[in-house]
Amino acid sequence: MSSLLGRTVSAAALAAFATFAAWSAFAADAPKSIRIGYAISLSGVNAQGAATTTLPGYELWVHDVNEAGGIYVKEFDKKLPLEVVAKYDDTSSAETMLRLEEKLMTEDKVDFVLAPWSTGFNLAAAPIFAKYGYPDLAVTANANDEEQLVKQFPTLFFFLNQPAHFGGALIEILNKYKSAGQLNNKVVLLSVGDQFGAEFAAGFGAGLKATGYDIVLQKSYPLGAADLTNEIKEAKGSGADTFIAGSYPPDTFMLTGTAITQSYNPKVFYTAVGTAFAEYGANFKDKVQGVLGIGGWDPSVPGAMDFYKRQAAVTGHAPDGWASPVTYASLQILQQAIEKAGTLDRKKVLDTIVNDGPWTTVVGPIDLKTHIREHQIGAGQWQGGQFVGVSPSDFPGVKPVIFPKPAW
Amino acid sequence: MPAIEVILGGVILGGLYALVAIGFNLQFGMARIVNLAYGEFLMGAAFAAFWMFTLFRINPIAGMLFTVPVTFGANWLTYRVLMLPLVRRARTRDDLEGRTILATFGLLFVLRGAATLAFSADNRFYDYLGQPLSIFGFTFAANRVLAFAMACLFAAVCLIILNRTRFGAALRALSIDPIGAELVGIDVRGLCGLAFAGGGALVAAAGTLVSTFLTFNPAIGIDFTMKALVVVIMGGVGNMAGSLLAGILLGVAEALCSYYVDSGLTLAVAYALFLIVLVVRPRGLFGTP
Repeated sequence: MSSLLGRTVSAAALAAFATFAAWSAFAADAPKSIRIGYAISLSGVNAQGAATTTLPGYELWVHDVNEAGGIYVKEFDKKLPLEVVAKYDDTSSAETMLRLEEKLMTEDKVDFVLAPWSTGFNLAAAPIFAKYGYPDLAVTANANDEEQLVKQFPTLFFFLNQPAHFGGALIEILNKYKSAGQLNNKVVLLSVGDQFGAEFAAGFGAGLKATGYDIVLQKSYPLGAADLTNEIKEAKGSGADTFIAGSYPPDTFMLTGTAITQSYNPKVFYTAVGTAFAEYGANFKDKVQGVLGIGGWDPSVPGAMDFYKRQAAVTGHAPDGWASPVTYASLQILQQAIEKAGTLDRKKVLDTIVNDGPWTTVVGPIDLKTHIREHQIGAGQWQGGQFVGVSPSDFPGVKPVIFPKPAW
Repeated sequence: MPAIEVILGGVILGGLYALVAIGFNLQFGMARIVNLAYGEFLMGAAFAAFWMFTLFRINPIAGMLFTVPVTFGANWLTYRVLMLPLVRRARTRDDLEGRTILATFGLLFVLRGAATLAFSADNRFYDYLGQPLSIFGFTFAANRVLAFAMACLFAAVCLIILNRTRFGAALRALSIDPIGAELVGIDVRGLCGLAFAGGGALVAAAGTLVSTFLTFNPAIGIDFTMKALVVVIMGGVGNMAGSLLAGILLGVAEALCSYYVDSGLTLAVAYALFLIVLVVRPRGLFGTP
């Protein structure tokens, strides 16, 4: 009797355990959400760039996906919302950023990690993304050896042109006016003293020299310089018609302000990161007419204007005219790749990103077969209060260049 | 570009370093407090000027009538509430310096964090007096020249008070020998509070002037604190005229380096100069050896 009871109890217990085990296995299989995380500069010298270009795109994407009920994942046959498990401040310190990326991948164990801001940080983080097999959609990064880097780090993707291509887009403009005899071959090339500036100066410098330009003044200045008056005065005295600066936002503003004060009016005035920011136009108002800058976008791509308005409305930050839409586009790719792969398995999602393009995005179709987004707008210009793409001239949707830049 | 133009540009930049350093010297040299949160008050004043200008179109110079007294009051309160307990407890001057460094280091993060939370980490910039101004035929931005002129004015007022008034004599006594000063009936703690607050008022003026020509964000404070520290040590702790000259010297050295050598090396030059002074004249260029 007692043994019968004992057997019944143990059978019941076994059945209960089996049910529980099955149920818990099922629960583990179908997660409540897609866990994402990121480390980005919320404070320090990189914070403005991150706050302008990257962060609002991340926030808008999470908002958009969750408003639509999540991303459909076939493997669980349900829509999973995005859950931002961790949003860390790397304090603009590369060491801190690296530690946080590793923490996201090993301790927080998020499904996907969104990239940090700036070329230097993204290149530094690429080995960690590769080591743990996380797709690395490094939007705000560019380098002269992108082909080499994506071989070395197989999870890495580049979305912005290499400096040589940006240089090419500008040189195409310069060549046009030089061969018409409207522009001399002297060039001033300044750059900020960090990795972006170094890559920029190397890429642009080589391109300029190869096409017969004479770099009469080439200099770098420290990030956060208190005064760039001497640099502008030297540029003014150099006799060059073309001024090019591989600058970051604070110095883009300072160089422009100083050029206005010093009545420095070269025929071509080109600054890099920050030129496409909405604040740039708001600060210098109609004086920005004709200023050239890195990047550029085409508002006529389907969904582009809608994205522009929604980001401003949802996050309170108007996107810039260059890498902001690309940031959102990179996440549209991730979203479509998860849906298409039907799984949260990072390896499968990665392969889908590579093989199943081109992807439809707010900056037009993007194909990532080579891990590098190839053909894109390389130079933009402020025209009538908007920063629009102007080069390469064979890219659909680019506008004609205003030349020479009107006096400030 | 003639050398004289480069030097003139350096003098204009150096005037501002001098103003920042004199305020720091009032706090360090007189009140004996190494205030690492000094630059945060500069940042606060810069933001105040920015908001007043962009929201209400208040002229930044007129805005100083508000920010300078407010920062004076805030610094006086900081001294009374935060520093005085440390001053009371400290047995020696070194003891006090160590403790105030730790306390103000904490204050730095509190103020910077609060500013980041309130204003976001965005860089700010507004256009005030960006027009060109010709000096001896060379062109400089009017806002930078104004900053230099105001820096000289504030420094001069400060020097006159210190050297020509009874109050200033008491302050100097404090800087030379606090115990002796107390023995001859000087209200040391009251005066220290005023010197500390006075330093705060100067940094508010500097913050307003800086905001007219420099892009700034909540994190800029520490750069100015470090520059001020370098200039004060170079010019001699407690020596205001020394701070004025050392500040201008630093500005000129940076300008010469950026023009003749490389702009990327300006920071290196500043610290090289600092090291040389420390090795050759440890009490400062103008301190009594």
